[in-house]
Amino acid sequence: MTYAIEAEGLVKHFGETKALQGIDLAAREGTVHAVLGPNGAGKTTAVRILATLIRADSGSARVGGYDTVRDAQKVRQIIGLTGQYASVDEDLTGTENLVLIGRLLELTGRAAKARAAELLGWFDLADAANRPAKTYSGGMRRRLDLAASLVGRPSVIFLDEPTTGLDPAKREDMWGVVRQLVGDGSTVLLTTQYLEEADALADEVTVIDRGRVIAHDTPLGLKRVIGGQTLAVQPSDPARIGDVRDILATVGTKAPESPREGVLTVPVMDDAAMTEVVSRLGAAGIAVTELSLHLPSLDEVFFTLIGRTAVAGEKVAA
Amino acid sequence: MSAMQTPALSSPLADAAPPGRAKRYALARHSITLARRSLIKTWRTPEALIDVTLQPIIFLVLFTYIFGGAIAGTGQQHAYLEYLLPGVLAQTIAMGATAIGINLNTDISKGVFDRFRSLPIPRSAPLIGAVAADVARYAIVACVTLGAGLVMGFRIHTNPLAALAGCLLAVAFALCLSWLSVFIGMVVRTPGAVQGLMFLIVLPLAFASTTFVRASTLPGWMQGFVKVNPITQLASAVRGLFTGGPVADHLLWTFVWMAGLVAVFMPLAMRAYRRKA
Repeated sequence: MTYAIEAEGLVKHFGETKALQGIDLAAREGTVHAVLGPNGAGKTTAVRILATLIRADSGSARVGGYDTVRDAQKVRQIIGLTGQYASVDEDLTGTENLVLIGRLLELTGRAAKARAAELLGWFDLADAANRPAKTYSGGMRRRLDLAASLVGRPSVIFLDEPTTGLDPAKREDMWGVVRQLVGDGSTVLLTTQYLEEADALADEVTVIDRGRVIAHDTPLGLKRVIGGQTLAVQPSDPARIGDVRDILATVGTKAPESPREGVLTVPVMDDAAMTEVVSRLGAAGIAVTELSLHLPSLDEVFFTLIGRTAVAGEKVAA
Repeated sequence: MSAMQTPALSSPLADAAPPGRAKRYALARHSITLARRSLIKTWRTPEALIDVTLQPIIFLVLFTYIFGGAIAGTGQQHAYLEYLLPGVLAQTIAMGATAIGINLNTDISKGVFDRFRSLPIPRSAPLIGAVAADVARYAIVACVTLGAGLVMGFRIHTNPLAALAGCLLAVAFALCLSWLSVFIGMVVRTPGAVQGLMFLIVLPLAFASTTFVRASTLPGWMQGFVKVNPITQLASAVRGLFTGGPVADHLLWTFVWMAGLVAVFMPLAMRAYRRKA
């Protein structure tokens, strides 16, 4: 299997800030590769190097087999980039934004207009096609930005935190787009702060922190390392908490813990654990006010992997 | 998002122009495409044109009718207008170069340039396109200044061709000065800082010149500065082309300044642009 994206030993410093301290990345053709990490981990810097916007201080990268420095123009012909902040031109209309990109990609005027109309329809922006982008909502801007990165039908697509700030329904839409892009044969590299997103989309995940790779695995493998999902139970009658503890102890991979008064949580590996707990709670006649199964938060991932809590608001180095 | 089932979202670019055409004149073609973008933006935000429309009128009226009597003598306002107008054209057009640095700085901070830089176009095309689009702004300065002047009683004493040459000279000078603005736009952090820095540079040049008063009325130490000041040279050359008088020397020095500005600031701007992370 060939790699659409390969990077070895990427180092990038901005003055005193060591944004990247030797990152290796490899994404197979036709897959989604997620780069997971907190703010300031170096995700955006890595994407900017791969998308030929900046050069690494050392290390090398190839996209579609082309070196990102020596063959930068060839790389630019096959990539699409959607930044962390929707980088559409606010004074231009949706159509003008896309036609501009089409023209810069050597489409004829007619072909650029046709492609713009196709993409606007596709992203539900046909009604707003002739309105300046500054009148768009945040979600519409994101979609226009994504559409702009797809004008040239890129085979490698970089999505830098594509769903940050989107509401859950819009996030699902974005996920649908990513799945279709890969279904069409493109390779997608996306950065995200959400483990859930990496789990939902990615074939492989590289976890980075403070400019270093701290884990590289499939979502399943990653979940194995960090204990999969967490099951939380709160009995209606606080007196039954002892019985709940006994039940959870049999399904969990570790001893149950109590994050707050009256609630017990336990890490589980098996999706069947939930059903088993439900039936055993029922058999024991224990009513519950809360019963939930959730993925570990990014904080928990980091705590497990490196014994450090991710700092979401950390000064951005990326 | 409707029509999710639409196929071929990202299949190869079948309808692209053949690569032979792609190579030829790429810089020129992409610069023109990007210049057109800048022009659309300009038409769509007329308030961004105040510096090239209202400002020259304000200066003409202010200096002719309020200060004109004091500077040139009571009743001499009309004669003063003839002297003043070429200078106002020179200074307004020089100040008009501020906008491009502000616009580019804004584009970069908003991420618009990231997209351009991820496209297979010559790296300098977005800068050259933006500078080329500024011709429109500078042409507006020339038209507004001359138009307002004609209404106030200014007359061309040479001939229309010479007057046109004067306008073109001013526009060409501003295009060269644009590169200073572009450079500043690349190296400072905020659009506001571009404005502040350009103001600091252009304002002394605009006033310590022969725009408003003759050099002979100034203290000796200042005359030296005023005589090498590019705004003085430009204003004097335009003055000669509009109302007669010596042109050749001033024209030569204006060209020297233009060449110098481009030679120094275009490479600096390009380098700063390439480095901009």
